[in-house]
Amino acid sequence: MSAELPSRAQSRGSDVRSRAQGLHAANGTPERRPTGLVIDGQVERGAFRLDLSLDLAPGRVTGLLGPNGAGKTTALRTICGLTPLSSGSIRLDGIPLDDVNAEIFVPPERRPVGVVFQDYRLFPHLDVRGNVAFGARARGVGRESARAAADAWLERLDLSGLATRRPAELSGGQAQRVALARALATEPAALLLDEPLAALDARTRLGIRAELRAHLRTFAGPVVMVTHDAVEALVLADDLVVIEGGRVTQRGSPNEVARRPRTDYVARLMGVNLYRGSLDRSTHTVELLGGGRLVVTGADQLRDVADVLVTLAPTAVTLHAERPDRSSPRNVWAGVVRAMEPLGERVRVEVAGPPDALVDVTPAAVADLALRPGSQVWLSAKATETYAA
Amino acid sequence: MARATARDRRRLPAALAVPAVAGAAFLVLPLIGLLARAPWTDLGSLLRSPVVADALRLSLFCATLATGLSALLGIPLAWVLARSTSRFVALLRALVTVPLVLPPVVGGVALLLTLGRTGVVGQYLDRWFGISLPFTTAGVVVAEAFVAMPFLVVTVEGAFRSADRGLEEAAATLGASRLFALRHVTLPLIVPSLLAGAVLSWARALGEFGATITFAGNFPGRTQTMPIAVYLAMESDPGAAIALALVLLVVSVAVLAALRDRWLPRGGAV
Repeated sequence: MSAELPSRAQSRGSDVRSRAQGLHAANGTPERRPTGLVIDGQVERGAFRLDLSLDLAPGRVTGLLGPNGAGKTTALRTICGLTPLSSGSIRLDGIPLDDVNAEIFVPPERRPVGVVFQDYRLFPHLDVRGNVAFGARARGVGRESARAAADAWLERLDLSGLATRRPAELSGGQAQRVALARALATEPAALLLDEPLAALDARTRLGIRAELRAHLRTFAGPVVMVTHDAVEALVLADDLVVIEGGRVTQRGSPNEVARRPRTDYVARLMGVNLYRGSLDRSTHTVELLGGGRLVVTGADQLRDVADVLVTLAPTAVTLHAERPDRSSPRNVWAGVVRAMEPLGERVRVEVAGPPDALVDVTPAAVADLALRPGSQVWLSAKATETYAA
Repeated sequence: MARATARDRRRLPAALAVPAVAGAAFLVLPLIGLLARAPWTDLGSLLRSPVVADALRLSLFCATLATGLSALLGIPLAWVLARSTSRFVALLRALVTVPLVLPPVVGGVALLLTLGRTGVVGQYLDRWFGISLPFTTAGVVVAEAFVAMPFLVVTVEGAFRSADRGLEEAAATLGASRLFALRHVTLPLIVPSLLAGAVLSWARALGEFGATITFAGNFPGRTQTMPIAVYLAMESDPGAAIALALVLLVVSVAVLAALRDRWLPRGGAV
């Protein structure tokens, strides 16, 4: 931000926030069909160039995936108006937020876009209620009604007991919920989250992730979530967009992206098999929803046994021509090779189970086992590499 | 400090120790001299004498008003200096800090030539509004603010620069205008720096002599502030002069104490 006002005209966007709010009146039920978020533009800053073309539907969570410095956060900043486009346009529910040709730039404070920042950016001098009421106060709502509205949001996000706490007195998970409540309290038409779980330790992340998933499901508008964690992307996102070096390198459903990675980065990142199921504590076995069962590690730390996630790296699975000796690897099952994809120095093999699995093997193993689509194989994975999450 | 080790007790070289002791004595002895000659028994009545009481009251009044004026104009100026990306802002910053190093008498002359009855701006103030600042109490406030405001601007600009811009961005995404974000996020977070800047400029205003006497003159009860009264009383009434000097000394020590965590970090940082 500079002290000079942004040079492009602001007047036309002045009532965007109020108009867009009308779309989501009455508990998120749209009065007219929102058309979502359409971005087609570029940001240039020195040598860095971000080229975005996205069409994000309302009610869907889009995961923005990419390595550090790829431009994910810049993408979020252009949507909420903290970074203007250099060319192109951004439209939300048909209303232009940024359009370089038409000389429209709606400043961040007038965009109906809620943001949960990576470090949450809670106001340290305000208590939780003050933070959540801030948006309403900033838009001229009186102190009492702003507080009442904030209390309703605190209730919804199960934060009522923390209303008078200062941000410094909150745990990471609580701070994240406050940041979410604060963003949702402005009743935005779109919600942006920048690595919402990155600031949490691994132990609390699981519970918070499940909560966040539930809250994102109830949001009516488009949600954009930046992440560089594969499990987070698989669990929380309906669609994935991969950004590398300022360009979109792949998009699709999480499963498509995991099965057919188009770049080395995606292959390495999305190299994870993810299963859901219910845990039997006594045997450390998870009965998988899609069929099959896996003996897992880390089950002792889980609170909820009914809905458990299991992750298994493709490099941790071994393929065999014959049923292997059951003594050491604890998980053994039969499958059929469905497809094979070369992946740098390895080959990613898609095997139909149950459970289905992605397996990374060496080209030598492909030759040894004479693998081709339709091959009958046995799969094995150590329980110590099969993680409950 | 309580248990000095053998290493700590190594002898200081005389070539350093002698000038160091002389330097300390040079700075501390005059203060001790002031305290030694202070008319302690008559202090109460001296401070209540009309000349002293008037100067004291006028000084506190004007320094406080000058600080208020500095804050009113200086905080927005500091914000612009901290936030503007204009090329001219560096030049502006240099210009507004000139009064920091300018001899105050020169400041007084400059004010007189600008705001005086025939000055560049002052002639219009006089002609259009009938306002004449020189040799009035308002003139004292103007002279003190001229000298003191840069202290506040420099302190607060530094605070704005180091304030978390992320919080202002968060405020913007919540619908806050820049002014709302400044009032409700940034200013509350830099209150310690605001206070430090205000105390610093208040202390500077209270001690102001050169610009004040040049621009506002020396009228008891109207423009005769404490430093001016001290200077004049040394001729006629040394007791009153020392009493006033003591008050100024106490104020200085109090300011130092109030700002010690800011300006004198404990434990000698390396």
